[in-house]
Amino acid sequence: MKTTLKQLAAGAVAALSLGLMAAPALAADTIRIGSFLSVTGPASFLGDPELKTLELYIDKLNEDGGLLGKQVELVHYDDVGDAAKARTFANRLLRQDRVDIIVGGSTTGATMAAVPLIEQAGVPFISLAGAETITTPVKKWVFKTPQSDRQAARRVLIDMKERGITKIGLISGTGGFGASGRNVTKEIAGDMGVEIVADETYNPKDTDVTSQLTRIRGTEGVQAILNFDFGQGPAIVTRNYDQLGIDLPFYQSHGVASDSFLELAGDAANGLRLPASALLVADKLPKSDPQYQVLNRYKNDYEGHYNESVSTFGAYAYDGLQLAIRAIKQAGSTDKAKVRDALESIDGYVGVTGTYRLSADDHMGLDAESFRILEVKDGDWALTQ
Amino acid sequence: MATVKTHRKAPGLIALFVILAVAPLLAANAFHYDLMIKICLTAIVAVGLNLLVGYAGQVSLGHAAFYAGGAYASALLTQNYEFAPLPAMLTAAVAVGSLAWLVGRPILHLKGHYLSMATLGLGVIAAIVINNEDQITGGPDGLPVAPLSLFGHELSVFGSYEWFGMTITGTQLWYLLAAGALFLAVWLALNLIDSPLGRALRALHGSEIAAQVAGVDTAKYKLRVFVISAVYASVAGSLYAHYSGFITPDIASFGHSIELITIVVLGGMASTYGVILGAAILLLIPQFLTGFQELEMVLFGAILMAVMIFMPRGLVPTIARRFQKEAA
Repeated sequence: MKTTLKQLAAGAVAALSLGLMAAPALAADTIRIGSFLSVTGPASFLGDPELKTLELYIDKLNEDGGLLGKQVELVHYDDVGDAAKARTFANRLLRQDRVDIIVGGSTTGATMAAVPLIEQAGVPFISLAGAETITTPVKKWVFKTPQSDRQAARRVLIDMKERGITKIGLISGTGGFGASGRNVTKEIAGDMGVEIVADETYNPKDTDVTSQLTRIRGTEGVQAILNFDFGQGPAIVTRNYDQLGIDLPFYQSHGVASDSFLELAGDAANGLRLPASALLVADKLPKSDPQYQVLNRYKNDYEGHYNESVSTFGAYAYDGLQLAIRAIKQAGSTDKAKVRDALESIDGYVGVTGTYRLSADDHMGLDAESFRILEVKDGDWALTQ
Repeated sequence: MATVKTHRKAPGLIALFVILAVAPLLAANAFHYDLMIKICLTAIVAVGLNLLVGYAGQVSLGHAAFYAGGAYASALLTQNYEFAPLPAMLTAAVAVGSLAWLVGRPILHLKGHYLSMATLGLGVIAAIVINNEDQITGGPDGLPVAPLSLFGHELSVFGSYEWFGMTITGTQLWYLLAAGALFLAVWLALNLIDSPLGRALRALHGSEIAAQVAGVDTAKYKLRVFVISAVYASVAGSLYAHYSGFITPDIASFGHSIELITIVVLGGMASTYGVILGAAILLLIPQFLTGFQELEMVLFGAILMAVMIFMPRGLVPTIARRFQKEAA
């Protein structure tokens, strides 16, 4: 008798809990934009500004009369930076909420975990994550707004070539970002006529990398050093670089293009260069710059509304949302196949991250030139050229 | 705790069967099926872990490592070595079981909670290896996994299949598979609990010294159940990898190990059915709390604390006891 009672209790609770999950009534007269972002957890530095941007601009859109005469509704879930949860929430957006388009996926893992479901369901998806694998090879329904690390590496190497540098030392973290950056740099360096004469790595949790830097300095012929990583590692590399008094040109990747890096690295960062979004120097751009307006409008909107400084990650969400809005306008409906085709045909949308030229072969649409090479001067970003 | 009960298995198993069979009626769409499949797979791990925690009184803080071991081994063997999914799953289970044996053998000769520390270490190491060996594991960005296939028939989540004239979607078929696997896992666990091994385990949970005096080779039995629970996790991990089609190192994280332990404690230690409910609750709560995004973790913690304070034996044993008292 005992076990059956247990079973009854268990069954009752299980039935109740599933019953509560009945699908919410679908409002037919709104356009539903779905999103899953890492708003909390280790990747919250990505998801938090992304969600804030989406909320801000969807509110604005609705104030201005919505889209195609309908109100726009944001359906958002927080995946906590966990790919398995991202997959579950993507499924919920697709099967239960039946959204018209998805703008989300803060990390590559979260994005890739959701991609098979999205491809199957046939819903346009604009990812906000970096890795190249998301759109290479091209997947029918998947687009993304951030540049890949390949563009960043290419932009750095172009700048080096312009300064006559052909032999470099590479130092990268062993985390996902650093490892991937190291791979693409090694892949394209040869074609661009740059030789990697030293290749050192460090663990993202290391607190000292002077031995790696000393080995690079001791390598014959090395003309510049590139550090590919994000988080606190690059700040340590930068400080060690300064302590060792190395006077070679020093490059960082786009992974540290934020004001918090300047705080972490302090004076040691002065003189280093990195590829970054023009957003960091929005107010220093010449007014003739094609991005000047869109950059400053986004910066002012965001900083005015949230009273915190704007980040390039939020800009990915801004561009993703604008691309989605454009595509729906162009398609004249939320018909998924038409919106997808419209996305693919966007050629020349001037966004915050860069100018997007999407096509059937390129679902990201940015080139290396969308990165600006910045130099740190007196603890602040400055444009080179 | 001291009374050794003999379980009558049939009523419980029939009830479980009915619940698993009726559950699809509550599913309105593929997303609900997806949740139920995940609950079944997680419950398999929990049932295995419960053997260790609830019956042998040993806590493993690294079960996510075994789960991830099964998942990654299945993914890599099918992808790089042209294993069929089923042999890959078995190979993974043997490998993970052997690893558990190697770790457990020296540790389980010691008294106390040394296994917790060893498995804690193992779990952290596994997460680091999966994250760093990106050439093999894909690193933090994850790894795609081929769909499950049985004897040449592919079972894709997205397919649809003809079966005795009925059309059934891949997701529904996956639910049948996951529910069947859970049923099998529970049946095996119940048999194990009633076997001499199970009796020995309950004896040593009550008092290790008394069990030893009675002639129970406690180290041997603890080791055996540790390996069994690791194999449970490995098989569930393999199934999950094929089901989701994409795995990331998150599944090997310390947080995931804690989640598994939480399921066991929440549902009720030494209650095989309780931990299934625990798995269901733990996986469903986040879906209910999406409206309270910022408060999700706080609410989650509060629910767990409330259960621990008011129902320290876990949900199902506490409720069952209350029913019994009323009946008496």
